[in-house]
Amino acid sequence: MSFPLLTATAALPAVGAIATAAVPAARRTAAKWLALFFSLATLALAVVVAVRFDPDGDRYQLTESRAWIKDFGVRYELGVDGIGVALIALTALLIPFIILAGWHDADPLETKSSRWRPTQGFFALILAVEAMVIISFEATDVFLFYIFFEAMLIPMYFLIGGFGDRAHSGSDENASAQRSYAAVKFLLYNLVGGLIMLAAVIGLYVVAGNFSLQEIAEARANGSLDMATNTERLLFLGFFFAFAVKAPLWPLHTWLPNAMGEATAPVAVLITAVVDKVGTFAMLRFCLQLFPEASKWATPVILVLALVSIVYGALLAVGQRDIKRLVAYASISHFGFIILGIFAMTSQGQSGATLYMVNHGISTAALMLVAGFLISRRGSRLIADYGGVQKVAPVLAGTFLIGGLATLSLPGLAPFVSEFLVLVGTFARYPAVGIIATFGIVLAALYTLVLYQRTMTGPVKPEVASMPDLKVRELAVVAPLIALLIVLGVYPKPVTELVNPAVKHTMSDVQKKDPKPDVEAAK
Amino acid sequence: MDTENLIALLVAAPLLGAAVLLCGGRRLDRVGHWIGTALAAVSFVIGLVLFTDMLGKGAEDRSLHQHLFSWIPVEGFQADVAFQLDQLSVTFVLLISGVGTLIHLYSIGYMEHDERRRRFFGYLNLFLAAMLLLVLADNYLLLYVGWEGVGLASYLLIGFWQHKPSAATAAKKAFLVNRVGDMGLSIAIMLMFTTFGTFAFEPVLEATGETSEGKLTAIGLMLLLAACGKSAQVPLQSWLGDAMEGPTPVSALIHAATMVTAGVYLIVRSGEIFNGAPDAQLAVTVVGAVTLLFGAIVGCAKDDIKKALAGSTMSQIGYMILAAGLGPIGYVFAIMHLVTHGFFKAGLFLGAGSVMHGMNDEVDMRKYGGLRKYMPVTFVTFGLGYLAIIGFPGLSGFFSKDKIIEAAFAKGGTEGWILGSVALLGAAITAYYMTRVMLLTFFGEKRWQPDAEGNAPHPHESPKSMTIPMILLAFGSVFAGGFFSVGDRFMHWLEPVTHHDHGDSPLSAATVTGATMVVLVIGVTLAWLQYGRRPVPVVAPRGSLLTRAARRDLLQDDFNHVVLVRGGEHLTRSLVYVDHTLVDGVVNGTAASVGGLSGRLRKLQNGYARSYAVSMFGGAAVLIAATLLMRAV
Repeated sequence: MSFPLLTATAALPAVGAIATAAVPAARRTAAKWLALFFSLATLALAVVVAVRFDPDGDRYQLTESRAWIKDFGVRYELGVDGIGVALIALTALLIPFIILAGWHDADPLETKSSRWRPTQGFFALILAVEAMVIISFEATDVFLFYIFFEAMLIPMYFLIGGFGDRAHSGSDENASAQRSYAAVKFLLYNLVGGLIMLAAVIGLYVVAGNFSLQEIAEARANGSLDMATNTERLLFLGFFFAFAVKAPLWPLHTWLPNAMGEATAPVAVLITAVVDKVGTFAMLRFCLQLFPEASKWATPVILVLALVSIVYGALLAVGQRDIKRLVAYASISHFGFIILGIFAMTSQGQSGATLYMVNHGISTAALMLVAGFLISRRGSRLIADYGGVQKVAPVLAGTFLIGGLATLSLPGLAPFVSEFLVLVGTFARYPAVGIIATFGIVLAALYTLVLYQRTMTGPVKPEVASMPDLKVRELAVVAPLIALLIVLGVYPKPVTELVNPAVKHTMSDVQKKDPKPDVEAAK
Repeated sequence: MDTENLIALLVAAPLLGAAVLLCGGRRLDRVGHWIGTALAAVSFVIGLVLFTDMLGKGAEDRSLHQHLFSWIPVEGFQADVAFQLDQLSVTFVLLISGVGTLIHLYSIGYMEHDERRRRFFGYLNLFLAAMLLLVLADNYLLLYVGWEGVGLASYLLIGFWQHKPSAATAAKKAFLVNRVGDMGLSIAIMLMFTTFGTFAFEPVLEATGETSEGKLTAIGLMLLLAACGKSAQVPLQSWLGDAMEGPTPVSALIHAATMVTAGVYLIVRSGEIFNGAPDAQLAVTVVGAVTLLFGAIVGCAKDDIKKALAGSTMSQIGYMILAAGLGPIGYVFAIMHLVTHGFFKAGLFLGAGSVMHGMNDEVDMRKYGGLRKYMPVTFVTFGLGYLAIIGFPGLSGFFSKDKIIEAAFAKGGTEGWILGSVALLGAAITAYYMTRVMLLTFFGEKRWQPDAEGNAPHPHESPKSMTIPMILLAFGSVFAGGFFSVGDRFMHWLEPVTHHDHGDSPLSAATVTGATMVVLVIGVTLAWLQYGRRPVPVVAPRGSLLTRAARRDLLQDDFNHVVLVRGGEHLTRSLVYVDHTLVDGVVNGTAASVGGLSGRLRKLQNGYARSYAVSMFGGAAVLIAATLLMRAV
């Protein structure tokens, strides 16, 4: 038997989490380096996965399969397609930056020695989330997926509730209450989604008799597994609801701004750039593959909700006074684009949506982490507390601007490629929807540039006058992310080649063909 | 060596400059401006090499292609990084890199005392790279990259003095208004994709005959929207006046000679689409005609020298757009006017910058007066630019503008008469406002006074690095038009790309020229009566209703402010409220009532909800575990 590469990729950060947690309390720095080491080793394994994966080969590769709970038909089944590989790579890539950016976020406060901050715990939890996210991208057994989809809520809950942003207005008590609220809201929303999904998972078992994604999908495709229309629809809704909470899709989005606002910036990136991607990924993998007919049935409503997310999220972002909440609402708008691309059911839309997941991860990380550096310097998240920063910290301002430009999908940077693909893929099938979604590009420019103008330009506020520019550690976080944004904007081919065959499979799952151009159709 | 391999270098040289200057750090401060200027010059030299090479070939073999790599390969969707150099793009390349290099040179002196000069040159290089990409792309999506890249460079340069809130606001406004236009370009590309299955120039423009007029009209209108944004045409013109917040060389390069002409390029490049869509063409001519009057009227009322020139730019580009909307009768003249305008408007702006340089950055023309004695070189070069723009016989503007007016009449029918008359009227107003600028600045009594701190300006001529570019541009302003027109040289040069049609003018060429001369004299005389014969008050008189409206950009900004800005603020504010109370409340409420958590959710601090969450989660876990275990055993 060959080396279980996928298991190893997911297990390595789990081992790292345990090792980090076990470092003695006094040796905080050692714990950080250990966590960083494990995250980099995981990245190396993810690279091996990407290299070993053959885009023109089988749909699922590097598969592993072991019996787990025989009576219940639950198997430990792993396998990746191009979409999975891309998202595993994204996750493994972002975690080292998240760790590096959060280097001091969990240091004990000197002034209040009573409030001990378990540094080891912070980094161990991040690695634990990484392990669970990676295995979610690998699982081809529905039940196995469900377990980790739910289990990752636990470390996330503690990361949000236990390690809040130190920059807050009002008293410590008040801040702690808000943090609890955010963490509990996050947990409740996702739990409710998860419970409904659990019902659907059990329902699926009742209908299909097993949990294997491949077996069920195959049986569905060749007609040996016939589902009643209503059953399929109900099961679809059960799955979709959970993913829509996680993604998040309007109107289930309100937990995200709270969570991202209260969490430290690196944890906010972990939420929106990594964990939420499991939601959109699962829509592509489970909803479309297991329930193709129901997916098509629900498409009109989902497209409208996605469209609302795009416009509504952007408008809300314009109205925010808190930098991190602004980024959160921008993300809601971007998730609208991803979901739009998935359900437009065209090759361009789905390739674009997958690419969007990757690019949004990188661009949000760049913007949010720089925002975090900014906030930690001034001790405030309010936009109005800043002004003229570019004069005192030009490198910080410059990187912030590039992160912002990526967020507004400037051509030449990676997000443009994916956003345009989603738009054109949507437009090809639903012109009106495509045109309305295009308004998103104007609104994105508005919230980004307003944020930049208010924080970075104008006369220097006295409170920011002595603000230091980016340090070496911070630059080491931001520079590679920006380089990636440029490289993937100019040469996205490696990712699209990885993703294209997987999209082709999904398109045939839902039995959809791309609309032909007029000129060809006329011939 | 195959010459087509040089095309990418045109873009690469300034791009390299931008990268080096922006990432290079302070150690490049002392040489940065020379690096930037040299790389701009490299682009110009390569452009000249390619141009000479092209001249040596037959008219039909002049188009060159260079395919670099496949950019976005996705099922059914093919976007390449590939270039196309033909007569049209090489004309732009020479204009952009030529005027661009001169303006780099000028900026060395102009920005001498700015501590961020290196960065300024980085942005200028970035601009050149984007603009060259825009005109060299062989497909609309790559053009889009240049298109927005130009927008970015313009944003950075308008807001270069970011510590000034007005500059930061102007930069943001320019980017946003342009984005509205960019939406048009996006939608046009999507339409092309669904109609033709591609958005590369050649296959799209060859297949226009195979689709319906309705589709072509839709694509044409979206392209027009894009052009309105970038070329500051009504209704997306409002950003250009504010863009004058940027350093003056920026106004000369970007907001007069190059970036704002991108819309004209887009329309002329897409000629076949417009030729098949008369309704879209009509819309183009209407936009052009309205803008040429709009800009001219605004130009008459401004006391800020740069804003007066900005109004003029808008108006002159209106002429080009009008010409481009006329179809094959006008394409050649649109581009010809674009090139001559590039010379004289860049020259005028550099002249204005030179005046400001000597006047402690004062921009109010009412505080100038009599400057011809103090800055003779500026006076002469500015004067030649002035004569060129008003269409003084024999100078550049005379040839190019006259042709446009003629072509407008040649459109035929009532439309032809209306468009032709508007173009003539525009010529009269141009003569009026430019004469006003000239008189206020260089003639009459000196009107400047010490400022609040007692610093009186000491007007003086600018250094050589500034005057040499002005002199060279003045040469272009004087001779370019004549050179192009001898034997219809320019027309024959561009014809293989744009095609040409003489149209059927109801008026003879001599009649049109005669009429143009008459309106020119009227315009100049009126201005002289008002500003030359009488002393000019330092404080602007209240003025008529129209003057006051024109000073406020014909109230368009006020409209935008009330409707878009205020309306938008109310919308977002109420949405924030709705999100917080309604959406959040309803979803929480539903969840709460379903989960039986009603009422307690609001008291999260009590820990109730948390214990519920934990018990819910725990319960689920126990349930799953129990089921699994029982089954497994």
